[in-house]
Amino acid sequence: MSVFEELKKIIVEIKDIPEEDIQLESKFAEDLEADSLDIVEMLMLLEEQFDIQIPEEEAAKLKTVKQVVEYVEARINENA
Amino acid sequence: MPDRRVVITGLGMISPIGHNKDDFWAQLMEGRSGIGTIDRFDTADFPAKIAAQVNNFQVQDYILRKNARRMDLFVQYGCAAARIAVEDAGLQIKPEDVERTGVWIGSGIGGIDTFEKQHAVMMQKGVGSLSPFFIPMMISNMAAGQVAIMLGVRGPNGCTVTACASGSNSIGEAFQLIRNNKADVMISGGTEASITPVGIGGFCALKALSTSNEEPLRSCRPFDLKRSGFVMGEGAGIVVLEEMEHACQRGAHIYAELIGYGATADAVHVVQPDMEGRGAALAFRMALTEAGIKPEEVDYINAHGTGTELNDQIETKAIKDVFGQHSYKMLVSSTKCYTGHMLGAAGAIELIATTLAMKNSTVPSTLNLENPDPLCDLDYIPGPPRHKEINIAMSDSLGFGGHNAALIIRKAR
Repeated sequence: MSVFEELKKIIVEIKDIPEEDIQLESKFAEDLEADSLDIVEMLMLLEEQFDIQIPEEEAAKLKTVKQVVEYVEARINENA
Repeated sequence: MPDRRVVITGLGMISPIGHNKDDFWAQLMEGRSGIGTIDRFDTADFPAKIAAQVNNFQVQDYILRKNARRMDLFVQYGCAAARIAVEDAGLQIKPEDVERTGVWIGSGIGGIDTFEKQHAVMMQKGVGSLSPFFIPMMISNMAAGQVAIMLGVRGPNGCTVTACASGSNSIGEAFQLIRNNKADVMISGGTEASITPVGIGGFCALKALSTSNEEPLRSCRPFDLKRSGFVMGEGAGIVVLEEMEHACQRGAHIYAELIGYGATADAVHVVQPDMEGRGAALAFRMALTEAGIKPEEVDYINAHGTGTELNDQIETKAIKDVFGQHSYKMLVSSTKCYTGHMLGAAGAIELIATTLAMKNSTVPSTLNLENPDPLCDLDYIPGPPRHKEINIAMSDSLGFGGHNAALIIRKAR
């Protein structure tokens, strides 16, 4: 499953919103009403799913779906 | 004494014998226990393999799924029972009511399931794998916090943690808050969900649980010589308490008036009761004094009645100390043989049972009382439920730590 698909699945689970509301451009706070704990949980689930580590200082910079997808893809490629 | 009177206008429960007052009452009247074999986890290594589990609980019927997944089961039970109680009360919380409506929900243990699972995660994957929701799911006050969030009410809010007396003490505290004009409405009670490996294992280590695994329905035997310990239950009991004028103005149905609360300590031992029952007797007297009634006016006591030798004998002794010869004329029964011991929810669910007994002029029997303990010689209603008009009734709870609590209700008039 692609990182975007996985992330959408996680956001649907956490926020209980329709998948079609989640776009690459979606901002977590403004568009998805995700609070800081939602984002922490989301990133932890991605870490587990893709076997990567996301340092806190990096996590703090991730504000949109697209930023997370690109960040996680980069970490996966480093591991490969 | 404040002249504000407090009435019970809503009843809600998630229990091993039903999730609404009609099912709950029907099962009490039919003499059907909710105790069975534990199927939540493998009990092969556990001396006790029985409990009164909550079945058919669909959390999404009461709470948004996204919120429920961040609640321990004890919080889910509490929120669901609060929702049911508020609906039963026909209570519409208007913007002007928000600051005068509060929540006080106790729990004996809190989120032990979350604690166990997160501890396992930490041991396996390291501290960085702990969920940010571990603490807000686990802490014992979170049922009170989440119910306030769910209902948007900003009045007095808290959680009394007094082991098996938590539910009674919480309702007592809520009662005082209304009497003292800090609130007009309180949503109050107790909730518990500790049928987990560590929860059951911990009480097994205390040798407190019945191991009559072959006969679950006959395992909980309050006041009977062949009792073998208590049986764990779970769930939540929540009542809506309301200042009487407030209830009358909105035309609410009034189940009963709450007229007295007693709360004391044994100050003797962490788990054993005071052998003379002095702490319990003091709590009963305190409640009677506040209620302004004589002991002879009490028609029924819903006892703590756990089915342990010490509890049953000491509680009986305390009743006789306070009620004297009247002890033999009044009715006493334990409903733990139906619900199991719901720990922090016990006092609340038993106040609900007491309220329904008053409403229906019928008192639930004590199951499995076949060979009465000679030291327990009151009318505990063996056999079928007893029809009797109940004008005044008391429900008491006695908790580890030596906590004693008593609540007295009177028929609405």
